[in-house]
Amino acid sequence: MELEDFLKKITEGDGVSGYEESTAAAIARAFSAYVAEVRRDNLGNLIFYKKGKGTPAPRIMFCAHMDEIGLIVTSITEKGFLRFGTLGGFDLRTLPGQDVTIHGKEKYPGVIGQLPPHLRKGEKEKKAPELEALFIDTGLPPEAVRAGIEVGAVVAIRRDMITLRHRCRAGKAFDDRAGVAVLWQCARDLSRMEHEADIYLVATVQEEVGVRGAMVSTYGLEPDLGVAVDVCHGDFPGALEHEVSPLGKGPVITSGPNIHPRLYERLLAIASDYKIPHGKDVSPGPTGTDARAIQVSREGIPAALLSVPLRYMHTSVELLDLDDLKGAGRLLAFFAAGVDRAFVEELTCF
Amino acid sequence: MFLKELSELSGVSGNEDMVRDFIRGKLSAWGIHHDCDALGNLYAYKGDGATGAVGGLMLAAHMDEVGLMVSAIEKCGHLRFYKVGGIDEQFLVSCPVYIGSAGISGVIGAKAVHLQKKEERGKLLEVDKLYIDIGAKDKDDAAKVIKVGDYVSFAARTATFADTFKGKALDNRAGCAALLEILQRDFPGSFTAVFTVQEEIGCRGARAAAYRLNPRMALVVETTIAADLPDVEEKDQVTLLGKGPAFTLQDDSLIAHPRILERLMTVAQEQNISCQFRRFTGSSTDGGAVTQTREGVPAGVISTPCRYLHGPASLLCLADWRNVVEVVDGFINSVLAKGL
Repeated sequence: MELEDFLKKITEGDGVSGYEESTAAAIARAFSAYVAEVRRDNLGNLIFYKKGKGTPAPRIMFCAHMDEIGLIVTSITEKGFLRFGTLGGFDLRTLPGQDVTIHGKEKYPGVIGQLPPHLRKGEKEKKAPELEALFIDTGLPPEAVRAGIEVGAVVAIRRDMITLRHRCRAGKAFDDRAGVAVLWQCARDLSRMEHEADIYLVATVQEEVGVRGAMVSTYGLEPDLGVAVDVCHGDFPGALEHEVSPLGKGPVITSGPNIHPRLYERLLAIASDYKIPHGKDVSPGPTGTDARAIQVSREGIPAALLSVPLRYMHTSVELLDLDDLKGAGRLLAFFAAGVDRAFVEELTCF
Repeated sequence: MFLKELSELSGVSGNEDMVRDFIRGKLSAWGIHHDCDALGNLYAYKGDGATGAVGGLMLAAHMDEVGLMVSAIEKCGHLRFYKVGGIDEQFLVSCPVYIGSAGISGVIGAKAVHLQKKEERGKLLEVDKLYIDIGAKDKDDAAKVIKVGDYVSFAARTATFADTFKGKALDNRAGCAALLEILQRDFPGSFTAVFTVQEEIGCRGARAAAYRLNPRMALVVETTIAADLPDVEEKDQVTLLGKGPAFTLQDDSLIAHPRILERLMTVAQEQNISCQFRRFTGSSTDGGAVTQTREGVPAGVISTPCRYLHGPASLLCLADWRNVVEVVDGFINSVLAKGL
């Protein structure tokens, strides 16, 4: 399996925050060739373990969240249309006309409907649709809807991965299964490398609703350091330069108060030693990623953040460059291979 | 039934080639005499009157769909676009598209929600601020596969949910598919079915076709708005999915000819097919163009009700569509037997 196949496989399936089961199963299968041990913790974080040669071995955790934003059925109208709420941050303007899968008693396809233009409220004032103006249409008779779908059914956006020019791909849930793909690439690279550290690769749950998975995985694993792998905003026309990073120029290494300065420096040094193209970014406060939770777990864990540029985040056409994923995976692997006892001991020397 | 095949073809107004080629292939295979005019309308001549239906019956369905056209390639390789026809702008964001005759894949993205200010999120996205991303490195890279003027259509798959069919361009591939069903049947006389071009930008093909054929009467086979949706009062629902073929009383450019309307209703009644009126007087179809041609042509319109028109995921009820075919079949037989 190549990186592209892995990404396609794990992003075309559904794993809305809190409901990551089937995604976790697909990810576990694909990692099994490269890691010896896999387990799930109480919240459903998927933890892969690869033993190091050190005695005692330093403990490293790399994590990327496997959950995606999604919808949840809040009521069913008399005629069988589904009203919904959001799980995670949607731009409602991206929803009309989208294909969805409703996870009822079985999987039901549907589309997100809205009224025709001449009946829409606020159309003349150019107002964006409110949640109340949208609904899901299954095309089924009301009795069939009620027999198979209940309030609380989770709904995922449906999108097959799209091949664009060169190494660009578009799809849904790249935030942050692209990060999980980076972990997969890292595991693959590490399978051919020697390392001192015990390495935990974690596909976390519930990031989109408040970095909850990483909070407990970090507590549970008690690593010497943790690196979150997530997506950052890719460049697009009209973007402010400081808010975005170019696609195809490598992963982005973040600095700021959420990031341990030694880890930041080491990531930069590794990237430059191994000639891995990369970018830099700064974040003035807690990042909107798992690194936010890692840093303040237990008595404090040194945290870092490696990101893959992604355009149109939280749409079903999130767009990235596969080479950025590959570079990020290699960078993490070389970083992991370079961590020894002395390095982690220095992390507390301020 | 060719709904799936027809829906998945790209055929934006002015670029109906793929649809025309598909239909022409079927006509050739079935041995139906056919030809084209200078605009690209495709005429299928059914029966003995091989030269067409001068003074006879004309059926029409338009092949084109709403879409976009590349207006510029930006330095960064993103594509700006014009709208072709009345595409529903609210369906554009977060949408995959096919561009040009090679069907290059692209997506219409939007600024990530995280980067938007609250007041930005409350406004509709303006179509002139949107662009298509094909993953090109820059303008030169994009120009290798894209040119200004390339047509753009939704890239959307069809699906069947029970008796509901989902797809793009059901307006009016549903009409084209219905005429293809009709053309496979035997009738005791001649008529001409026209697959028209450029309906979505002003019913331009049908005007030329009606002039050329100079028919005695015309029946347009279309799709129309179904607004049987949450919070819509009954009076505003236009048509309802599953309640049968919809007859137009009047719209912006046509008052249905009373004898055609009456005959459609009689035929439906004889076949025990329940039908509905299109309870809306806005917008236009080929019917208006045809009826105002030459000295005037009596015309009527029969439609399959369709939700979410002019978007990537329109829905119709297959029973409605099949009943449209049956009523059209009955209408042809009735007119051939007794005139109007």
